[in-house]
Amino acid sequence: MDQGQDDAMSTHDGHGSDVARQGDGYGATAVRLDQGHVEVPAGLAERFANPGLPRHTPRMGDVDAAAAKRAERQVATLFGLSMLGTIVFLVAYFAVDQHATAFIPGIGTTDLYHVVLGVSLGVSLLGIGVGAIHWAKTLMPDVEMVEERHTLRASEDDRDRAVANFVEGGETSQLNRRPVLLMSLGGALGLFSLPLLVQLVGGLGPVNIGELKHTIWKKGDKLVRDPEKTPIRADQVTIGSVFHVLPESIKDSEHPLEDKGKAAVLLMRLDPDDIKVKKERDWGHDGIVAYSKICTHVGCPVGLYEQTTHHLLCPCHQSTFDVTEDCKVIFGPAKRPLPQLKITVDSDGYLIADAPFDQPVGPSFWERDRK
Amino acid sequence: MNALAARRRHPAAIVILLLLGLVVTGLAYSAFAPKQAQAATAAQDQVQEGRKLFLANCATCHGLEAQGTKDGPSLAGVGAAAVDFQVGTGRMPLAGPTVQAQRKEVHFSSDEIASLAAYVASLAPGPAVPDAKYTNGENADPGKGGELFRVNCAMCHNYAGSGGALTRGKHAPSLKDVEGKYVYEAMVSGPQSMPVFNDQNIDPQSKNDIIAYLNTMQATPNPGLTLGSLGPVPEGLFAWVFGLGIMIGFAVWLGKRAA
Repeated sequence: MDQGQDDAMSTHDGHGSDVARQGDGYGATAVRLDQGHVEVPAGLAERFANPGLPRHTPRMGDVDAAAAKRAERQVATLFGLSMLGTIVFLVAYFAVDQHATAFIPGIGTTDLYHVVLGVSLGVSLLGIGVGAIHWAKTLMPDVEMVEERHTLRASEDDRDRAVANFVEGGETSQLNRRPVLLMSLGGALGLFSLPLLVQLVGGLGPVNIGELKHTIWKKGDKLVRDPEKTPIRADQVTIGSVFHVLPESIKDSEHPLEDKGKAAVLLMRLDPDDIKVKKERDWGHDGIVAYSKICTHVGCPVGLYEQTTHHLLCPCHQSTFDVTEDCKVIFGPAKRPLPQLKITVDSDGYLIADAPFDQPVGPSFWERDRK
Repeated sequence: MNALAARRRHPAAIVILLLLGLVVTGLAYSAFAPKQAQAATAAQDQVQEGRKLFLANCATCHGLEAQGTKDGPSLAGVGAAAVDFQVGTGRMPLAGPTVQAQRKEVHFSSDEIASLAAYVASLAPGPAVPDAKYTNGENADPGKGGELFRVNCAMCHNYAGSGGALTRGKHAPSLKDVEGKYVYEAMVSGPQSMPVFNDQNIDPQSKNDIIAYLNTMQATPNPGLTLGSLGPVPEGLFAWVFGLGIMIGFAVWLGKRAA
């Protein structure tokens, strides 16, 4: 320890003992925090005398026989109410027409059967519970009692006997003599953990990553309306319109719902002058643009299109995409823009896909960027 | 004979005959087709009447020729359906500059609304007020309407048509107690934030199916407390406030000493 530190410490100590000497209501023997652990004879015990239990005040039922009688009647009434509720339940179960409706204030016209069953069963359970509590609070003894904690440790005899029992059990089950039992039991238990682990690991995602990366959209696939599956001509999509779109190949799909969950597309027509990104204009047709409807956050359908602001809102977590800027994220938890589907028209004027999606649609996954 | 022949050859005869023919044709035309002429005049009158109403009530924001200003969009091509929807539901005239026009008390009679619609429709072609047979929800399939509703409408207007929130303070209004005509007109005209669902996207019969679905939903009593049919948020709130409230009440009672 060098001289400087030593000085600093002594100054500190000097200051501290000044405070202690002055006395501050805690007594001359009080210990300061910066003194560490110091043994002080009778430091704390003198300041906090055990206050003991508060004086016991008797309840009405303890001193007044009439009050006790009243409490008894109240408890019995509550139990009686419970019995009544049970009987109403049993009668209503068979007597009330299951399709009967009734007007109930605060709810309106509603199903009578379920309301009667629910209310009667509620009353019968609540009657038992409230009655029991009321009984305990008014009539059962409420004198405060102190029970000292006893030592948890068992006696030496009991402990020795437990160890002897354990050892004897191991010997009599012949674990020492027949080690193959121990090993096969260990093997069985150890192997049993595998089904649990396999389920956990298997639930982390599909083995075939390709199915996450591709949708059923292919070049030349007609855009069709959801749910009618009729093709769409470019001139039918007027400015401000929105069409909910599927690929025509969904008709031949073996798993239409799984495929729809990835291939759903939203088709919108904007004034081409409103589109600020050249790629978006090039991948569309005369202001008609098609974007994946599957949110890049956790895959909800992004369907709330506002034709005045050109905002696309996801209803689940309020991610907002700007359709004039290639569906850039302008609000919310989504991190990537919605993938655009490149579209064009065929010789009959129907809208078709010019290429499949150029990237996986929907939420992120570990292998998303791996080729 | 000579005198007759001379009179026949009178040069004025052809002119008189032509005039006579024209007068007869004209009289016959006016006798046989008076309604058309009157209808054309009536339509012209209606447009004139609508123009007067427009100049008095709408031109401040939409411009003297409905060309649009910075306070209101151009009305060329919005069609009679848009006027009938906006004015017929009281959204227009706008009470003040707000995020979104709300349904409120209607300021015009149905004749005045028809005149305004006729004037705006005369500016440029646009969607017309729909035929009543496509807006009454009759002879329609509510099941198919429900399917279309869930694909095209439910994400904004909620599965039960109770409405929902949009971005930056805007909202999709509730569809409860909205007349079929206005539901149809909203689809074809795309008011405010709502996109257009024209008759090539959802044909008139399918629009009627959607109206039939909404009518059916409204007519069917819900067995239980709907809490506004708004989904899990009010249901959760109900459980937290009432369920937990009752439990806290019991806990307080349990902890209290009897008198």
